[in-house]
Amino acid sequence: MHEMGIASSVLEAVKTEMQRYPESYPCKVGLRIGEMSAFDPDALRFCFEAMIRDTDWAALELAIEFCPRRHHCHACDHEFIVRDYDFRCPQCANFAINCVSGDQLELAYLEVEEYGPGTVGAKSTQ
Amino acid sequence: MDRVPLERKVLSENDRIAADLRARFLEHGVLCLNLISSPGSGKTSLLERTLEALPRQDRVAVLTGDIQTENDANRLKRFHFPVKQITTGGTCHLDARMIERHLADWRLQDLDLLFVENVGNLVCPSSYDLGEAAKIVVLSVTEGEDKPLKYPSIFFKSDLLVLNKIDLLPYVPFDINAAAENARKVHPGMEIVKVSSLTGAGLHEWITWLEAKRKAHKSLVETAS
Ligand SMILES: Nc1nc2c(ncn2[C@@H]2O[C@H](COP(=O)(O)OP(=O)(O)OP(=O)(O)O)[C@@H](O)[C@H]2O)c(=O)[nH]1
Ligand SMILES: [Mg+2]
Ligand SMILES: [Zn+2]
Repeated sequence: MHEMGIASSVLEAVKTEMQRYPESYPCKVGLRIGEMSAFDPDALRFCFEAMIRDTDWAALELAIEFCPRRHHCHACDHEFIVRDYDFRCPQCANFAINCVSGDQLELAYLEVEEYGPGTVGAKSTQ
Repeated sequence: MDRVPLERKVLSENDRIAADLRARFLEHGVLCLNLISSPGSGKTSLLERTLEALPRQDRVAVLTGDIQTENDANRLKRFHFPVKQITTGGTCHLDARMIERHLADWRLQDLDLLFVENVGNLVCPSSYDLGEAAKIVVLSVTEGEDKPLKYPSIFFKSDLLVLNKIDLLPYVPFDINAAAENARKVHPGMEIVKVSSLTGAGLHEWITWLEAKRKAHKSLVETAS
């Protein structure tokens, strides 16, 4: 189980990024997890939520985009989602083993919001 | 509300160190192989048989990872090659920084082949690049032929499947052809060798694969330099 380590890496990355936005707080972080990445989105979410509970960022949302395995067919240049380990190109029936997506674990984006006058937990700005 | 793109890998720090290791391995002509399996599939046993078979003058070393104990290093030290234990103290996989740290007092120019035995675990080690030239997954015949389908990531990312403990085939209902088929479902064309690290059966197939890999790596190193 290494989802805890991953959750903390994600929070680390958010922390680093937030240094560029001192007047804002993070509301959502977007992650891409591939089908072949060996990461369990639910376990990751569980760890992430446990780590932010009772902190200033307790409302920080984790948005996970699950990426299926995709192969590219050299014969006809078609890209398709692999289902049930069937690697035949749906367009030309060629056997396509070139995997182009599906093992990622990537930080996609961060959504930040400026602290308003009434924001809970807002930092005082001089 | 503003959306800022991040577009980077979560494990970018690990990947950076791994890339650095890979460049150093290439520079010094070291073939690094990362052995991964469930606990007890026979990684250390396979390495014992391998070290036993290699000529004494071969420039081979082993880093072996476990959560606790020096047991595996002690088993492997009998063969007079340099061996170092990495105890992770709880972490379920090796990462690139651990490799970097444990290589610090070895001279890479004195090595041609480096085996890394990962922590026994079929899931987590698959996510951590160690700078290796290839991952090798070991599956023993008592584990069930469906494992490639249950743990696709490691079978997908490994160059070779070593099916170990074939001496036990008469005693377990393990369909070795189905296991190979399942591995190749996840990883089309995957290379497979069938061995017993106990009796030595099939070991020549593994050594042949290893020597071919060493040869290919050598010519890669030569073209790179
Ligand atoms: N019958 C049989 N037993 C084997 C074979 N290979 C290993 N074993 C036994 O399986 C057990 C585990 O082997 P190890 O080599 O320690 O396995 P490992 O993968 O290194 O284990 P960890 O490092 O703890 O993950 C030992 O009792 C070995 O003697 C084999 O080919 N046949
Ligand atoms: Mg071992
Ligand atoms: Zn096609």
